[in-house]
Amino acid sequence: MFWRIEVGEKQGSYDAAGEGVKKDIIDLGFKNRVKDVKTVQAYLLEGNLYEKDVLEICEQLLADPVTQNYSYKTPLFDESRYKVVEIAYNPGVMDPVEESAKKAIRDLGINGIRTVRTAKKYLFEGRLSDKDIHTIAENVLYNKVIQHLVKGHSNIPPEPPPYQFKLRHVELLAANDDKLKAISKNGQLFLNLDEMKEIKKYFRKLKRNPTDCELETIAQTWSEHCKHKTFRGLIEFEGRTIKNLLKNTVMKVTQELKKPWCVSVFQDNSGIIRFDEKNNICFKVETHNHPSALEPYGGAGTGIGGVIRDPLGTGLGAKPIINTDVFCFGPPDYPHKKLPKGALHPKRIMKGVVAGVRDYGNRMGIPTSNGAVLFDKDFVGNPLVFCGNVGIMPKGKSFKKTRRGDLIVVAGGRTGRDGIHGATFSSGELTHESKGTSGSAVQIGNPIQEKKLTDAILQARDKNLYNAITDCGAGGLSSAVGEMGEETGAIVYLEKVPLKYKGLNYDEIWISEAQERMVMAVSPGKIEELKDVFERENVEASVIGKFGNDGRLKLFYEGTMVCDIDMKFLHDGLPPVKRKAVWKKQIFANPPAVDKKDFTGDLLGLLSNYNITSKEWIIRQYDHEVQGGSVLKPLQGINFGPGDACITRPVLGSKKGIILGCGINPDYGKIDPYWMAASVIDEALRQIVAVGGDINRCAILDNFCWGNTNKPDRLGGLVRASQACYAIAKTYGVPFISGKDSLNNEYSTGNKTISIPPTLLISCIAVMDDISKAVSMDAKRPGNSVYLIGTTKNELGGSQYYKIRGFAGNDVPKVDAKRGKCLMNALAKAISRGCVAACHDCSDGGMSVALAEMAFAGGFGMDICLDPANASSEQNTLSDETLLFSESNTRFIAEISDENRFLKSMKGLPVWKLGHVRNNTLFTIKNRSKKTIIETDVNKLKSAWQKTFQNL
Amino acid sequence: MKKVKVIILRTAGTNCDKETAFAFGLAGASTEMVHINELAGKEKDLADYHILAIPGGFSYGDDIASGKILANELKFKIGTGLRKFIKDGKLIIGICNGFQILVKSGLLPNLSGTFSDIEATLTLNDSDKFEDRWVYLKRVRGQGPKDKCIWTKDINGIITLPVAHGEGKFMPGNADILNRLRREGLIVLEYVDETGKKRGYPYNPNGSVENVAGICDSTGRIFGLMPHPERHIDSYQHPYWTRLKQGQRGDGFLIFKNGVDFAKKHL
Repeated sequence: MFWRIEVGEKQGSYDAAGEGVKKDIIDLGFKNRVKDVKTVQAYLLEGNLYEKDVLEICEQLLADPVTQNYSYKTPLFDESRYKVVEIAYNPGVMDPVEESAKKAIRDLGINGIRTVRTAKKYLFEGRLSDKDIHTIAENVLYNKVIQHLVKGHSNIPPEPPPYQFKLRHVELLAANDDKLKAISKNGQLFLNLDEMKEIKKYFRKLKRNPTDCELETIAQTWSEHCKHKTFRGLIEFEGRTIKNLLKNTVMKVTQELKKPWCVSVFQDNSGIIRFDEKNNICFKVETHNHPSALEPYGGAGTGIGGVIRDPLGTGLGAKPIINTDVFCFGPPDYPHKKLPKGALHPKRIMKGVVAGVRDYGNRMGIPTSNGAVLFDKDFVGNPLVFCGNVGIMPKGKSFKKTRRGDLIVVAGGRTGRDGIHGATFSSGELTHESKGTSGSAVQIGNPIQEKKLTDAILQARDKNLYNAITDCGAGGLSSAVGEMGEETGAIVYLEKVPLKYKGLNYDEIWISEAQERMVMAVSPGKIEELKDVFERENVEASVIGKFGNDGRLKLFYEGTMVCDIDMKFLHDGLPPVKRKAVWKKQIFANPPAVDKKDFTGDLLGLLSNYNITSKEWIIRQYDHEVQGGSVLKPLQGINFGPGDACITRPVLGSKKGIILGCGINPDYGKIDPYWMAASVIDEALRQIVAVGGDINRCAILDNFCWGNTNKPDRLGGLVRASQACYAIAKTYGVPFISGKDSLNNEYSTGNKTISIPPTLLISCIAVMDDISKAVSMDAKRPGNSVYLIGTTKNELGGSQYYKIRGFAGNDVPKVDAKRGKCLMNALAKAISRGCVAACHDCSDGGMSVALAEMAFAGGFGMDICLDPANASSEQNTLSDETLLFSESNTRFIAEISDENRFLKSMKGLPVWKLGHVRNNTLFTIKNRSKKTIIETDVNKLKSAWQKTFQNL
Repeated sequence: MKKVKVIILRTAGTNCDKETAFAFGLAGASTEMVHINELAGKEKDLADYHILAIPGGFSYGDDIASGKILANELKFKIGTGLRKFIKDGKLIIGICNGFQILVKSGLLPNLSGTFSDIEATLTLNDSDKFEDRWVYLKRVRGQGPKDKCIWTKDINGIITLPVAHGEGKFMPGNADILNRLRREGLIVLEYVDETGKKRGYPYNPNGSVENVAGICDSTGRIFGLMPHPERHIDSYQHPYWTRLKQGQRGDGFLIFKNGVDFAKKHL
């Protein structure tokens, strides 16, 4: 029997969700036209249910007796004066509430329940036409990729027909080049002609055509996403051929530095370093750009969900303890009219992405403690969503080994049609048609499924119940089993994989990227105990095959072999990609020189600007304190200023900490990727040092996000950035431990293509022995001296100061890593000696912004004079503008509590005494001629910094 | 000396269990994490413990309404054992999601004495979003016998703890219930400003009626609160500890110590 139940707020109860929607509608431009918005939650139940059951379900479960009413025969509200919209999930999209609701109904003793679906109904009162309602629905209420507008009332989608097995082959042997290209394109394989030919050659030797499943498996494994073909291929650049760019730059640093505390680098799902006597820690950062462009909430949620499974699948499994997130969006005030066809508005993307990370991270109980958010118009069609996760594991659990004859166990969520072609989809460009063709690549996550899975895995790990583990990420079972069985071979019986619903064919089961699944290799003798551990946590764990001994990947569906390929060909058969790269420096316009006497307005403008303004609106939506280990939080001081790095104690009761920081700067990337890469490494290290860390204990991760590297100029930039990674990280003595690249970040409509700026995210992790030595960035005590550490240069190119004036400029900040290393080591020593009361990294907006942030965070004014008598000679000749706003690297502002000891620590290094902290709220900066060029109150600085995103 | 035994109840989505156990451990108790399935399946027995702690998290993902599904499990799966536990005078604390569970199962405030009437609720924050921020809290003195709540004994003046929730707005079922709560001294903690005055957002982070942050039952042994005392047990957890004196216990520690000391003495 089918029942429809509606639940909504009682008369007089505050409908917070409805008010939230109302605000979004007003944002869309419907001011003064919406009087009231009501939200109604609809539950659709199907099963052997009598009316008394339904009554009990409503009373005991679905409606809150204090605030809500329910109705199951008629609509809850008299709908005559409202316009009504109902939204439901598309068939095949997981309804996140379904599983819990079914369980809860059974808990009531009502076992006749078979299916639960939900829908959301919105009631609008106001002067709104049907067309307005349509606009509102499309822009605020739902996303076609996963949901639909219901005509009439929602129904439970009929169960798909059962799958009729039929083995399909792809005609490859008879295909000419054009046909091969067409097969790749139509099948969304994203393989180029050389690769298709190589596959044809392999099957010609076997004297047969491949099955669709074999071809898909090869395409997944050979995708840019999984193989990093560009980085590992051949690149012709400036007259020579680079063989494997990654090995020759990023990985070479680590190899040459040979840090004894690097435990496992560039080989597992994340990079592992030593933490303390008992534990190692690991760190991974991934991107989820394309899914987030199409469905921001689901894309970002599964982005964080996916990266959490990386530490969980590292070694024998690490406990996830910290999340990081870095986003690049189009400007939130971007005109709707200028939006490229098919793209979602940047503000909607931003809100959806934040909500996605929030709901997934918070429900997993992992603090999201470090990140950054940047804006540029070139991210309009193609946002960047970086998600990271740190895990901790006992030392002895850092390595895995699949053994011959081990059972293959898949655990966690069931497999559905969701996420098909994710790995290959992310390896291509986005177009205005991506929504239609690649919609199935986007999914919604179920964080509680992943939390249960995590709890079960960590127990099984501690009982030594499996020999190897990895996550089911891009490529699904295909990648996971393929990787784990690379040396042994594997046999999988696809009909044994538990499915969400009927109708999936063997190929879909194999490549589905359904979330929240992990694969383990289990000795046959331990399978019962393992299953018991999972059952106790209500997690499904199923044996789907075993690892072999013949080095072949064999798949069966109900007795018929559907795939039989050589692991060696699968993993090593990819022909190296050959690409051309060129680099030619572009020249940008420099802004006209200004002759100004007062820069107060410029400073306030910078503080309010999107890239610098407070991200408190985002940060507070994340639980950044769960697990109890948070020491330095993202917002610091009495007025919540922007902290440089976060510090976490992963072992409660111990003083040992983890510091996380990050560097990213697309504005420099546009001018010169070499100095961009150098600058962001410098920035990430500065953040660590500013809070009391030591660069000798730092490890870094690279995440390159680039445009289409088939185009030689884009690739040239990538080569230069990689070269900078080698030069700068090597000199600083900081190893890379893990990384990932996301290429093809372009958005095409018709013949117009927007490429993202070359963007490298450097994430830095450092171990800190004693967290009580940490320093925050807020000004602490009136009378303390304020110093600039490092040297300001004429480097306004790519600065935020130029950006808000509409220019890029050319003099992008450079890095002198040799001097930088001495400086950072000396400062770290000074901080550990306790003579620094506050320290802040000088970055976006330059010295003036850093000083202002320290002042308002602590609630004290400052008296600053840019007196050249105190400075090194090279800074003597700089203009006021340059001194205030240049973003030269390797600089800090520090508030000093013990000047003698500080100066002793910094002997021979560039320090400049700028002034002192005041005992009132006046903030002034004078220039070399003692003329006041900035004068304001810290409360004004604070509100300028906080206002931009206050009422989102 | 007798060791106080604390059962930390967990299920799918519980996520503050470890730090809650750590806080109880620091206060001198021994702790055990127990899954609701183990109690329901009678592998573990509530009677073996002195204190039941229901920690924060997102039990069952907050699906349908926060805390509701686990609240029903308490009622329908382990109700008998739980009633005996309470009748024996043992202690219960619910933090954040745990508070939501106690209220939605009828264990708090339990004015009717039936353990099943839903007399209040915790619902969506007025801001319509999850927020993590530190708040000032005032211990409210009852007009009846003082210090009815054994968990907040000796908490004087204003304390600071973090909140982190999306559904923490306290709403009593009706005005009578609110009056009784106040009259009988069952409102234990209120959101205030730094001077102790009741103020609106962000001091009252969720729009709770009369700024209610935590309540207890008429015995003073069952206590629920939205803020997280386990996240302020030492000074380094405070958001601006770098400006303050270090090395003391955090404001939340006393709550755990009170519970453990009481159990040691009376149970």
